[in-house]
Amino acid sequence: MQYSEKVMDHFAHPRNVGEIENADGVGTVGNATCGDIMQMFLKIENDVIVDAKFKTFGCGAAIATSSMATELIKGHTVKEALELTNKAVVEALGGLPAIKIHCSVLAEEAVRAALADYYKKIGREIDFEVPEAEENVCHVHEIPEE
Amino acid sequence: MENRFVYADNAATTPVAPEVVAAMTPYLTEYWGNPSSMYSKGREARRGLDEAREKVATLLGAQPNEIYFTSGGTEADNWAVKGGARYMRKKQGRTHVITSTIEHPAVLRSCEALEREGFRVSYVAVDKNGILDMEKFKAELDDDTAIVAVMFANNEIGTLQPIEELTKLAHEKGALMFTDAVQAMGSVPVNVRELGVDMLSLSGHKFNAPKGTGALYMRRGLKIDKYIDGGGQERMMRSGTENVAGIVGLATALELAVSRLPDTERIRKMRDRLADYILKNIPHTIYNGDPVRRLPGNLNISFEYIEGESLLLLLDMAGICISTGSACSSNSLEPSHVLLSIGLPAEKAHGSMRVSLSHLNTDEDVDYIIEKLPGIVARLRAMSPIYPGEGK
Repeated sequence: MQYSEKVMDHFAHPRNVGEIENADGVGTVGNATCGDIMQMFLKIENDVIVDAKFKTFGCGAAIATSSMATELIKGHTVKEALELTNKAVVEALGGLPAIKIHCSVLAEEAVRAALADYYKKIGREIDFEVPEAEENVCHVHEIPEE
Repeated sequence: MENRFVYADNAATTPVAPEVVAAMTPYLTEYWGNPSSMYSKGREARRGLDEAREKVATLLGAQPNEIYFTSGGTEADNWAVKGGARYMRKKQGRTHVITSTIEHPAVLRSCEALEREGFRVSYVAVDKNGILDMEKFKAELDDDTAIVAVMFANNEIGTLQPIEELTKLAHEKGALMFTDAVQAMGSVPVNVRELGVDMLSLSGHKFNAPKGTGALYMRRGLKIDKYIDGGGQERMMRSGTENVAGIVGLATALELAVSRLPDTERIRKMRDRLADYILKNIPHTIYNGDPVRRLPGNLNISFEYIEGESLLLLLDMAGICISTGSACSSNSLEPSHVLLSIGLPAEKAHGSMRVSLSHLNTDEDVDYIIEKLPGIVARLRAMSPIYPGEGK
């Protein structure tokens, strides 16, 4: 198993690590049993994500995908952020080993969970799929090798 | 301290010793004949092979005709476990196998293969330190037990099992006793006569011989089925032209390793100094395994609230090679079965680090790990959403 240079860069120098005080949306996904937890903090003004930060317990890919996801949504509208797919995160990182695709799914879910929290806070109806908290169920999400 | 390269993963593999390369080289360049050929070119190779077998036998306390060279530990484990069980079924109708929950996958998967053939396998639990539960073992052992397969030393937590005692108990019930001594060989004294075992496996690359070399000790008189059919090498038991240079390398390396055994105390002291430092200076750490009944170079520690693969990658960037029991560093979803077996919860197994030191490590290596490790652990904890902070 080998990580791309981009993954190693985002792992070694993660962007946007930390918390946002009084964040407009906070989402936490994953669980410690499976070895990865991502927490996403969003600052939102006029439906635009003006700041995004994260905290992650997990492997190199978990840290890199969290970092990349925050980069991909910063400065974008809430609607655009909801369109972020795990595939886009993987592509932006120059690929992930098949066994690590699961981390990109978590990153997408962390963004959605934080946005759902934002919707709830402002009293907007949640019209998108929100990841459900699953206790002690670990997933792989492998993509077929090309 | 200047950046250095510290290899602290000697349980994974070791570099080939220069003396070993020197001993092997003539068997690649000059004595390259087939040991089965009768002419002088073949006899040169045969001589090297015979000498190597004698050397290995002597070092193990065995006879030369009790040593079978293999491609490594995994092959020897497969051969012994499956071959031993099938032999006892054929001879005595026994259909039960006993092993432990913390064996190497080569033994565990072999046991599962036996289950598919109709054998009943008991996976005996270990205590919180990783020592086999003797009461549970005795409860499983009976007249139907064909073979007992318990490792001499564990590859992750270094725990040493009471092989001599297990052998006595197994023999009382007429069962065969096999021990996987891959991790123990070269690190602690191993003598098959004293242990009394029927079979024992070893792997060359764990003690500075090349990869692709190993051996199975099989007590004289025991004739389990041959492992590879073919031209009849290894006294008809394991066909295929012998890896002469590799076998010469294995014998040389084992001789060197055994001659270094008195140096073990130095390795133990380095290991203990590192352990003491970590436990005293890095909060939220857990010492995994037994503090005494343990391989001298092995250390296994869990850092709570961080994940092992991240730790491994950052240590690698600092020039330090270690391994982890995290699921993320393997191709599975489960963290180390050994750490789970000693009762560690999954989240703490994910944050484990195995350091395995050898005679090639120095005090400076330990100083360097001590210098780099705390900052790296702190850095990962700072970005961990579950870290409660120091002193909490």
